[in-house]
Amino acid sequence: MSKQRKAVALISGGLDSMLAAKIVMEQGVHVEGINFFTGFCVEGHTHAIRAQDNAKPNRNNALWVAEQLGIKLHIVDVIEEYKKVLINPKHGYGSHMNPCLDCKIFMVNKAKQWIVENDFDFIITGEVIGQRPMSQTKSKMPIVAKQSGADDLLLRPMCAKNLPATKPELEGWVDREKLHDITGRSRKPQIEMAKQFGIDDYSQPAGGCCFLTDKYYSAKLVDLWKAQGDKDYELDDIMLLKVGRHIRPKPNFKLIVAREEGEGRFLQGYKKEFISMHCSSHPGPLTLIDGEMSAEDLFFAARIVARYAQGRDEDQVDITITQKDGSERTIQVKPFSKAEVLNEWHV
Amino acid sequence: MSGTFKIVMQEIIRETLNARRLLCPLPVIRTQDKVKQLNTGDQLEVICTDPGVMHDIPAWCRINGHKVLESRSGDHEYIIVLEVGKK
Repeated sequence: MSKQRKAVALISGGLDSMLAAKIVMEQGVHVEGINFFTGFCVEGHTHAIRAQDNAKPNRNNALWVAEQLGIKLHIVDVIEEYKKVLINPKHGYGSHMNPCLDCKIFMVNKAKQWIVENDFDFIITGEVIGQRPMSQTKSKMPIVAKQSGADDLLLRPMCAKNLPATKPELEGWVDREKLHDITGRSRKPQIEMAKQFGIDDYSQPAGGCCFLTDKYYSAKLVDLWKAQGDKDYELDDIMLLKVGRHIRPKPNFKLIVAREEGEGRFLQGYKKEFISMHCSSHPGPLTLIDGEMSAEDLFFAARIVARYAQGRDEDQVDITITQKDGSERTIQVKPFSKAEVLNEWHV
Repeated sequence: MSGTFKIVMQEIIRETLNARRLLCPLPVIRTQDKVKQLNTGDQLEVICTDPGVMHDIPAWCRINGHKVLESRSGDHEYIIVLEVGKK
């Protein structure tokens, strides 16, 4: 009896990687899933923070897919290692701050390390030729295989017939004839295949599964790097880019203004790391101040904070300023008018 | 009847993991990493502030063979107690 082969499938939580894993499982291969957390994964963060969504918390689609497939899922924290991919991508950025090709190479490389450490035989991805303009083209597929070090241990079941045979096919671990030749951006073949497998519930995020493909998020990241003078970040920095209104009235500081209760509660957790402000004479949102400020700047920021409180039309409101050590003082300011809070301050 | 029986009772460990302020999937990752250090039958209490864990940690337990003993919430905290399954 031949040895049962083992493959690890990169599971994003979307339909393509789910189908790719299923195709190989159907051939009797033992499949387990792997999912890499970069810090930029969309997976529910914004929903988790915002109070209005709490009635229906978002599921983690990668976990959900693994459960539907009946496979184990290994979620790997790659936040620190991912920095070098994002900060200096060899193949550059896509339309925003998305280093898609370097990202794919990085993840397949991590999967290669994982199969060596865990005695698995090959790697599966849900890539489809022509699906993504930067990373999933016919010319880029060999680059991913080669530069990741996975070489012919990387099997793409969705489009394998359009690519040279890999080791799992050549060795007979999988039957190439049962693999597919999907190309292009149409979702019809995948939806049809899902039907054949009896899969009727799946995630198809319109903007992909990464915040870096979002132009507003990318603008905030660029603003962060510009303000601090270098391309570096910590996890808290990139989490905070997902929360609140970001307003930079001057180069040396910005305000992060909670948009609703859940965000306010989330920002509360950062009061020891940032100076914070809130309107104490009227209801209003918690605001964090990121940067170094003069006394004049503090007063200026307080007038912006007042603009987002319910006393915005009053002649004067109280703004309480809380230092990182918890000490407080309250000042009186006249809220800025709508016109005085310039559009270009909004990051 | 001759011979002796030696019954080894493994000590059940119950540990607590503070995953407050972490957003999913980080509480799941921290849970996964902690469970690796525990033995079958040990219990782990995970304290979180992201409501997403009420879906995600039980899902992770189901696919990895662990058992959720208790889940509760209150005062914006979400607490899950799990028992480590066969490793």
